[in-house]
Amino acid sequence: MIRIENLYKSFDGIEILKNISTNFEKGKTNLIIGQSGSGKTVLLKSILGLIKAERGNIIFGDKLISNMKQKERAELRQDIGMVFQGSALFDSINVEENVMFPMKMFTNKHHTEILDRANVAIKRVNLINSNHKMPAELSGGMKKRVAIARAIIMNPKYLFCDEPNSGLDPKTSIIIDNLIKEITNEFNITTVINSHDMNSVVEIGEKIIFLEEGEKKWEGSNKEIFHTNNKSVSKFVNSSELFKKVRDVYLSKK
Amino acid sequence: MKFFFHIGRYFLMIKKTFGKFTKWNVLKGLIFREIDDLIISSTGIVSFLSFFVGGVVAIQTAINIENPLLPKNLIAFTTRQSIILEFAPTFISVIMAGKVGSYITSSIGTMRVTEQIDALEVMGVNTYNYLILPKIIALTLYPFLITISMFIGIFGGYVACISGGFSSPAEFIEGLQLDFRPFHVTYAFIKTFIFAMLLATIPSYHGFYMQGGALEVGKSSTTSFIWTSVAIITANSFITNILLT
Repeated sequence: MIRIENLYKSFDGIEILKNISTNFEKGKTNLIIGQSGSGKTVLLKSILGLIKAERGNIIFGDKLISNMKQKERAELRQDIGMVFQGSALFDSINVEENVMFPMKMFTNKHHTEILDRANVAIKRVNLINSNHKMPAELSGGMKKRVAIARAIIMNPKYLFCDEPNSGLDPKTSIIIDNLIKEITNEFNITTVINSHDMNSVVEIGEKIIFLEEGEKKWEGSNKEIFHTNNKSVSKFVNSSELFKKVRDVYLSKK
Repeated sequence: MKFFFHIGRYFLMIKKTFGKFTKWNVLKGLIFREIDDLIISSTGIVSFLSFFVGGVVAIQTAINIENPLLPKNLIAFTTRQSIILEFAPTFISVIMAGKVGSYITSSIGTMRVTEQIDALEVMGVNTYNYLILPKIIALTLYPFLITISMFIGIFGGYVACISGGFSSPAEFIEGLQLDFRPFHVTYAFIKTFIFAMLLATIPSYHGFYMQGGALEVGKSSTTSFIWTSVAIITANSFITNILLT
């Protein structure tokens, strides 16, 4: 589990995150949703330590990040897998080498063992006959799969995904969403996803946090979001026709 | 104030570069790749430029010596001195600020824009060490490139001088040996080594701390070329004052 307590962050005097407190639960897909510019990416990067928050606590398991020593932080980073918005694959190496990279960097395992693990991860994300392709030769969906394979090769305890569906067609988005959810359940990890994709909200949002102008305005599950009275979150989710249809079907069944 | 901010951040970057080291097995591969990209791939252009500039220096010297009392071996002497003292170490370095410097800034800058550096940081990699140290180590071989430039530049002068009938081969060889001071070569290599460090670190700084998108990668490469050239020319002035006066 990841616990966030009273997190603040500002850039040039403008507050981007205002007093954010929440829990990201283990074995669940936790979604951070909100409009562009609502502070989702800043929150994610603050949790990851890529941006330094001004105030507040970030607790991984029972360990407070700000109290951790350099060595402990380095160890924690090896428990974290991250899927970036643009996949962030290393251009100069092929798919197989990209997936093997974290193990090559941080373990002393033999090359053949690392290769076996990479092949298992590549197979897990259903990527076939692409081991020796360069990132430039892959489609957006394939890149995301490689990024997921790279993120899970070290058996992480925490998986972060920044807009995993951005730039993907609806069919591929659903496949990627399902893959993330399956991996979360299979490895019993804490998954945090930044998204403004309503399909993700409906399909995989086991816990949802809604941000607006840097403030947490609502939190609940994908079932609770259908009948929330919160005006901000209703306005945001109901701007999607897909969401409205799914909500109507869900409420009529009830 | 902004200038001092950049200077401070530049030295902090260098300090972090020698912080937590990347695994040797990984670093070794990166170093060999950088040697190929930065040194070996520059050999052709350095040789080409040195040969023709050496030739031009010899021709210019020859046609400016009008006094018949001046010995013909002065052409080779001037060519040697110009190439060893300035052309090979300084002007090749300014040209390399364009070739190697732009390559370093744009490659690191593209990694920044495409979040590859963030990906490395999330994994716990010391990105400074991983990205910059292999370039610094590769560029310690830069004096070899300058040695090639010196030889080919002088050879270009020889070919131009003989083919143009400005002096005989014997006069040229005699001029090359005239008043030869080994310290001049030492001086050239001292400054070459310092320029190599500037060539590795200033473009890395501009790539590492760039912000924005693809357009900014281009802008950063240009800025990096300007500041690397300024640093090389300024350092050249200081080193010459310290070592030769």
